[in-house]
Amino acid sequence: MDKVTELKIKANQLRQDVIEMTAEAGSGHPGGSLSSADIVACLYFDVLRHDPKDPKWPDRDRFVLSKGHACPVLYSALARCGYFPVEELKTLRKIGSRLQGHPDNRKTPGVEICSGSLGQGISTAVGMALAGKMDKKNFRVYTLIGDGEIEEGEVWEAAMSASHYKLDNLCAILDYNGLQIDGPIKKVMSPEPIKEKWLAFGWYVIEVDGHNIPEILNAFSQAKEIKGKPSIIIAHTVKGKGVSFMENVVGFHGKAPTKEEAKKALKELREEVKQWKS
Amino acid sequence: MEKLIATRDAFGEVLVELGERYENLVVLTADLAESTRTYKFANRFPNRFFNIGIAEQNMMGIAAGLASCGKIVVASSFAIFASGRAWEQVRYSICHSYLNVKIVATHGGISVGEDGSSHQAAEDISLMRTIPGMRVLVPADAAETKKAVEVAVETEGPFYIRLGRPKVPLIFEDELPFQLGKGYKLTEGSDVTIFACGIMLSQALEAEKNLRKEGIRSQVINMSTIKPIDRQIIIEAAKTTGAIVTAEEHQVIGGLGSAVSEVLSENIPTPLERVGLRDRFGESGKPQKLFEKYGLTAGHIEEAVKKVLRRK
Repeated sequence: MDKVTELKIKANQLRQDVIEMTAEAGSGHPGGSLSSADIVACLYFDVLRHDPKDPKWPDRDRFVLSKGHACPVLYSALARCGYFPVEELKTLRKIGSRLQGHPDNRKTPGVEICSGSLGQGISTAVGMALAGKMDKKNFRVYTLIGDGEIEEGEVWEAAMSASHYKLDNLCAILDYNGLQIDGPIKKVMSPEPIKEKWLAFGWYVIEVDGHNIPEILNAFSQAKEIKGKPSIIIAHTVKGKGVSFMENVVGFHGKAPTKEEAKKALKELREEVKQWKS
Repeated sequence: MEKLIATRDAFGEVLVELGERYENLVVLTADLAESTRTYKFANRFPNRFFNIGIAEQNMMGIAAGLASCGKIVVASSFAIFASGRAWEQVRYSICHSYLNVKIVATHGGISVGEDGSSHQAAEDISLMRTIPGMRVLVPADAAETKKAVEVAVETEGPFYIRLGRPKVPLIFEDELPFQLGKGYKLTEGSDVTIFACGIMLSQALEAEKNLRKEGIRSQVINMSTIKPIDRQIIIEAAKTTGAIVTAEEHQVIGGLGSAVSEVLSENIPTPLERVGLRDRFGESGKPQKLFEKYGLTAGHIEEAVKKVLRRK
């Protein structure tokens, strides 16, 4: 099986986990988890240099889920990589669980730092990249940010500092699904023109279809080659991607599918994966 | 003439000493290298110093990221911005992640003076004290500042250290009994206990002298650690003197006075008077004039002592 097909199957698995986890929890953020599943699959199953047996390996690449509400997809990736048992995914958001409603490094193996209070993750990623530069380490730092999240001022403080310090070991990915809790980002508080903003802040910008695995992988390789400035991959995505009745539905930003809906969603996803497995 | 040194000057000096000792010590500021005295570290260790610009929230996030990669980070700004502007970054990125970041905030309180209320942090102790896991220190003079910063750098986890802008008397020239989490007695007295921190310690000592002339014996206790608060010394003071006064350059809501009264109420209810800002913003003016107007002089402590003694 070729790498692209393998990653498609992985992303499909992450999506199934997201549906099962959020349905089981009865809450959570499936929409933005599904939109970023292909990106997260590419990172955890191909791009990142990491060792699930040694989560604190000093030379590992770092991933910060700045849009921390999408943690179901992160937890699924971590579990499928072997950071903790897949069984544990069922405990999402339940009392006493290691899988909090937003990422928590003190609870979950493989999570680098607390994130999900929007805007904060990208600043911490800048700090990690700065540490890498200070210590002349080769690790890279990746951070996934939301398109609504870039309405936060801290994102732009972080963007300014990353290019000021020429952090070419930092790569942000923007999950550009166009929807935030209260509606379309362009209607709520337009951050457009997005590409021009990042260019103006001194970043190298790559635009991709965020559901096209070869394009995503190509963007990550391109970003690695860029010297003297940070990179951002603007990934055009569909909120709720992979489940027909969840796609582009703003209501699924922060609402879990019901048990019935989950069954339907899982059926669709299992159908989809068959074509690649055959 | 007593010796006057600003706590921020002591901070600038000790930072260089600690930089020599700890190779992984990194210092950040937000366009206040001169005012926070971190420029001294910057001159000595330019590769371990980052000026993040006027962006305190990002500074705290970067501090957290650096600390997660094994650095000991000192992040310095004015108290109002370090504790207020960046409060949630301090709470979540730093304290929730439990990272090795030491926030050293200069320009605490109204002794900032002429810049006025916008730059006078009188709520920072309260804001920082409420965050789980955060340790809050308010050293009284240059010697104690050096020790406090050193202890914070040596101790794992987040700290908030509040320093001041003006020159203040050197109290601890010969011996320094500072210990994290411990208050300590500077004068003996059985009538009343005065708990003070920061710039108010010298005011408390002056009040103690004046009161002694009137036959009132007070024990002055330096509470340079606001959190974790020294419960034992507070309970002991309540037992031995039966009357308590607190003095701080901060709102009476949420700071040292609150911390002391919490311990008293839960353990040994005792008459208490709090000296501090009484739910008011400061204003521009010379620090001494502001202290007089806002009730932060030795005289105000003496009044509070007499008031609490009447309630005894």
